Amino acid sequence: MTDTENTTKPPKSRITFISRSAPYGSNRANLCLDIALASAVFEQDVSYVFLDDGVYQILRGQDASIIKSKTLGNALETLGLYGIENVFADEGSLKRRNIDGTELLADIQVINSDALSELIKSSDTVFNL
Amino acid sequence: MPILVKTTRLDYTQIVKFSIVIYAAPYSSESAATALRFAKSLLAQGHELYRLFFFGDGVHNAAKLAVVAQDEINLQRQWDDFIEEHGIDSVICVSSALRRGVLDHTEAERHELDTASAHESSKLAGLGQLIDATLHSDRVVNFG
Repeated sequence: MTDTENTTKPPKSRITFISRSAPYGSNRANLCLDIALASAVFEQDVSYVFLDDGVYQILRGQDASIIKSKTLGNALETLGLYGIENVFADEGSLKRRNIDGTELLADIQVINSDALSELIKSSDTVFNL
Repeated sequence: MPILVKTTRLDYTQIVKFSIVIYAAPYSSESAATALRFAKSLLAQGHELYRLFFFGDGVHNAAKLAVVAQDEINLQRQWDDFIEEHGIDSVICVSSALRRGVLDHTEAERHELDTASAHESSKLAGLGQLIDATLHSDRVVNFG
């Protein structure tokens, strides 16, 4: 992209969400998801990344009914329905927490830190929550 | 002036259009106060502020019923003064605000409550306003 005399904004903006908090201790994971779903409704090009403790959000078999909360994992499984297909988990974050790829929700791609930095570089806006 | 493309490195001699998202409650951490100082600084340096967006606990920054000790700063009032003085477009996320008791007159009436509790300088609106801000700003800066 260049800084030419183009006076119109690109029709689609590339927005990347980096969700880096564990699912239930704070509302950050929910806030991040809310913004992502809103941007998908506005038909933006959305990527969603789980980093650091954020990878705990995508463990299979969550049940938050015992703490009278909504199960975040169920909501995350609907990302695809909202057209968010680029869903990633950071390899290093998984490894450091001894989480194996088979323990994750479906349709999540594991990426390394190089790919993540490329993704961030190519994004117009990054939300980090 | 050429339109700034967000993926390219910004030339800070040019005017940059910012939006600021505040997630942090006032007083609990330094974040909200830092956000206000950042907002003041960018205007002082000749940049533009497209929108403020108060989200999650950040909506407490727009609460007008706060009473603060005389020798301490009233951060909510400082936000209000700043927004009024510069005519800033300031939005409080409506779903975050209602459940935290930050209501404007319309919402207070709708829910049959005694009083509005939000500063009138900000308006309650949905997340669409945040997405709109990301599409129309060169930079979106998050605090909290």
